[in-house]
Amino acid sequence: MDVSEKLIFPGQKHETADGGILITKLDDAINWARANSLWPLVFGTSCCAIEMMSAADAKYDWSRFGFEVARATPRQADLIIVAGTIVMKMAPVLKRLYDQMADPKYVIAMGACTISGGPFFYNTYSVVKGVDHVIPVDVYVPGCPPRPEALLHGMIALQEKIKNEHYFGKKAEKDK
Amino acid sequence: MVLTNEIIKEKLNEKFPGVLVEWGEPYGLLTFRAPAELNMKVMQFLYDDETLCFRFLTDLTGVHFPDRKGEELSVVYHLHNLKDNIRLRMKIYVPVERPDVFTATQLFSAANWMERETYDFFGFNFVGHPNLIRILNVDEMDYFPMRKEYPMEDPTRVDKDDEMFGRGGTIV
Repeated sequence: MDVSEKLIFPGQKHETADGGILITKLDDAINWARANSLWPLVFGTSCCAIEMMSAADAKYDWSRFGFEVARATPRQADLIIVAGTIVMKMAPVLKRLYDQMADPKYVIAMGACTISGGPFFYNTYSVVKGVDHVIPVDVYVPGCPPRPEALLHGMIALQEKIKNEHYFGKKAEKDK
Repeated sequence: MVLTNEIIKEKLNEKFPGVLVEWGEPYGLLTFRAPAELNMKVMQFLYDDETLCFRFLTDLTGVHFPDRKGEELSVVYHLHNLKDNIRLRMKIYVPVERPDVFTATQLFSAANWMERETYDFFGFNFVGHPNLIRILNVDEMDYFPMRKEYPMEDPTRVDKDDEMFGRGGTIV
C-alpha cells in the first residue's frame, strides 16, 4: 500500500489565477482530519505493550502516520490500543477509561490475550476472555505479540475504516 | 565463626527440644517443620538470637495438600540471615477446616502483603493481621482459587478446543 497517497486531501482542486478552489465533501474533510491525527491512550498491560512502545519509538515511528501524540489521560485520547492481558480486576478500570474518552473513540485489540484471553491464560479463572466482552473493538491485530509492523498495519486499517464513515446524507442514515 | 546448618539445628533443638521435626537439607537449604501454634515463637527466637540473626523474611507462601487429613494447608516461611548469608525454610501445617495461623507482621513488616496474598489464594486466617483482605484477586471473589478442589482450567469454556492448540481434544 502506498502510504503517500493517504496524505493527499480528498477532493477536487481547481486552479485559478491567484490560487485555487477546493471542492470536497464535509464527510471526507472530517474523516481526513480525524484519521490523520489519532491520539492513542498510553495503555499497556503486558508484553504487547513493549511492541507498542517499539512502534512508537524511533525505529518504527508511528508518528509518520499521525499517531505521535500519545496521551496519558483518556479525556484527550481518540484511540485506545489494548496491549496485553486484561484480568477480571482490570476490566472495570478499562471500561471506565473507555467511558472517559471523548467521542469519536476507537479501540484496537492488540495480541492474542486481548482478542481471546491469550494462548496461555485462555482457561484461567482470572482472565477476561477477549476484551470485546468489555468494550467494542474496531480492529483486531493477532499475534503473540504482534510485531510493530503488524500494529502499524492495524492502525492504518483503522484509518481506512475512519475514512469510510458517514455523518451526513443518505449513507449516514444507512450506517445507523 | 561461620554459621552452618548444624549450628542452627543444634541451637533450635536446644531451645525447642523435640518439637521441631522433619529436618532436611534439600539443595543445602535447612528445612524443618514446626507446630503451627509455635510459628512466631520459633521465628522470634531466630530473629533475636545473636548468632542466628534471621532478620529478613524472604518469602511466605502457602501449599494445599488435599489428601493429608488434618494438615491440608501449609505455610512455608523462608528466612535469611543477611550477616552470614544463610537461609532456612520453616513449614507449618493447619487443618483446612480451621486454618488459623499467627501473623508474622509484628516481626516482619514484609509479611503484611505476603500474608494477604496467601490469604487471597489459600484462605488462611492470619490471626492478628492488621488488614486481612484480598490483595490480587477481585474483591467480590468468594473462593480461594489456589486450593486444589478448583480446577486449573475454566470448565465452563466451550468455544476453545485443545485440538486447536495441538494437544488432543474433542475434534477428531
